[in-house]
Amino acid sequence: MTAGLLLAGTLPRLLPPEPPGLAGHTARYGPPPSGLSRRQRDALIAEVARAGLTGRGGAGFPTARKLAAVAAGHAPVVVANGTEGEPASVKDRVLMACSPHLVLDGAALAAEITGAAKAVIVVHRDVRVILDEAVADRARARLDRVRLEVRTAAEGFVAGQASAVVQWVQRGVPAPTAMPPRLAQRGLRGAPTLVQNVETLAHLALIARYGAAWFRSTGTPAEPGSMLVTVLGAVREPGVREVAIGTPVGQVLDLAGGASAPLRALLLGGYFGAWVDAAEALDRPFSSAGLADLGAAPGAGLIAALPAGASGLGETARLVRYLAGESAGQCGPCVFGLPAIAGQVERLAEGRGADLGLLHRWLGQVDGRGGCAHPDGAVRLVRSALRTFGGEW
Amino acid sequence: MVTAPARLRVDFIACAGRGLCAEALPGLITLDDWGFPIVSGQAVPPRLLADARATVRLCPKLALRLEPGR
Repeated sequence: MTAGLLLAGTLPRLLPPEPPGLAGHTARYGPPPSGLSRRQRDALIAEVARAGLTGRGGAGFPTARKLAAVAAGHAPVVVANGTEGEPASVKDRVLMACSPHLVLDGAALAAEITGAAKAVIVVHRDVRVILDEAVADRARARLDRVRLEVRTAAEGFVAGQASAVVQWVQRGVPAPTAMPPRLAQRGLRGAPTLVQNVETLAHLALIARYGAAWFRSTGTPAEPGSMLVTVLGAVREPGVREVAIGTPVGQVLDLAGGASAPLRALLLGGYFGAWVDAAEALDRPFSSAGLADLGAAPGAGLIAALPAGASGLGETARLVRYLAGESAGQCGPCVFGLPAIAGQVERLAEGRGADLGLLHRWLGQVDGRGGCAHPDGAVRLVRSALRTFGGEW
Repeated sequence: MVTAPARLRVDFIACAGRGLCAEALPGLITLDDWGFPIVSGQAVPPRLLADARATVRLCPKLALRLEPGR
């Protein structure tokens, strides 16, 4: 590990003040390690494990375990997931626009670590040109030992789900597949496949340079490091901020200029996240541990602020109707259950005689009964709305 | 003979909601409000194992599975 050019503990790590070209990127962070021996690759996986890096796409799975599982397979492939299907989130796009080379460093490193010959970088169409140019610059500089291939992501909420990304690259159909087999065993064209969110790969690129202790110098001992957060809704300066994991929720809002109105509630994690009462949440650490007993989680790094006076149930009805429309259409309980649930939440929001018993029955009948977690996320959202906005009907 | 506990599992991507399974194995499989199977998450009792295996073979979409428990 080289000495850190970035001071331990200081932020931002991922988002430079100005988007640098390749030369500026190398000047800021130092050259990425490359040409790793077998021993160095294993040592790097161990370093990532010590760092405690977890997936930043929403699921939070330990990155080192995925790396090790894929590295154990024959002729694997790496997929960098910059699909960002979550409609309210922009953090992956901001990252790819501001630090394309950090993401590409991470993708190339993940390929080297796992023994993959290439990394496919699947990116939101808004940043396709930026990534193409970055890859061309790296090719001219002969920076990478692995092939980097940029693809435009499919649109739609479930398109970002790991197996859906693999199906998109392979067949042009962004639909999730049944598991098992796990992607780490049989993914893209049958090869062991590492699907990793682009922010996770950017952190990996820094851990490879500066080490686990540096990475752990911010965040909490149980959830180390920083994360990108999209802050939107009733705040003065909505946008993406990089925060230490565990930063109090109220402080994250302050980084976005503070609340622009008295707040009623916060949607945490994303469209598949959970509503929490604003007063209850503001002092809580923005971390899995800090939010668990509120039934919420940082998820894909999203905080949406709902002002007092706005209808939480109305917002929820809109979100659930959207999620129902975004079903990949493969599983019966999701195809039929989500529109039914959306209808009841709309009735509830409009005071048109919703049947709460039926709503709860349907939530139970949809939860955990899909090929992917799409229906589960919608159920979690509605249950949190019933808890948080219970006084609205 | 001691057999490992087995659980029924539905591959909802494959399932078309034909409902044969719930007719064949009403003790362990019911249908939701849209006609898709709800299987008990419990281990299949040994006395129903043969019936469960037969029901798995009956599924026209090969969506019902009997998986060894952990």
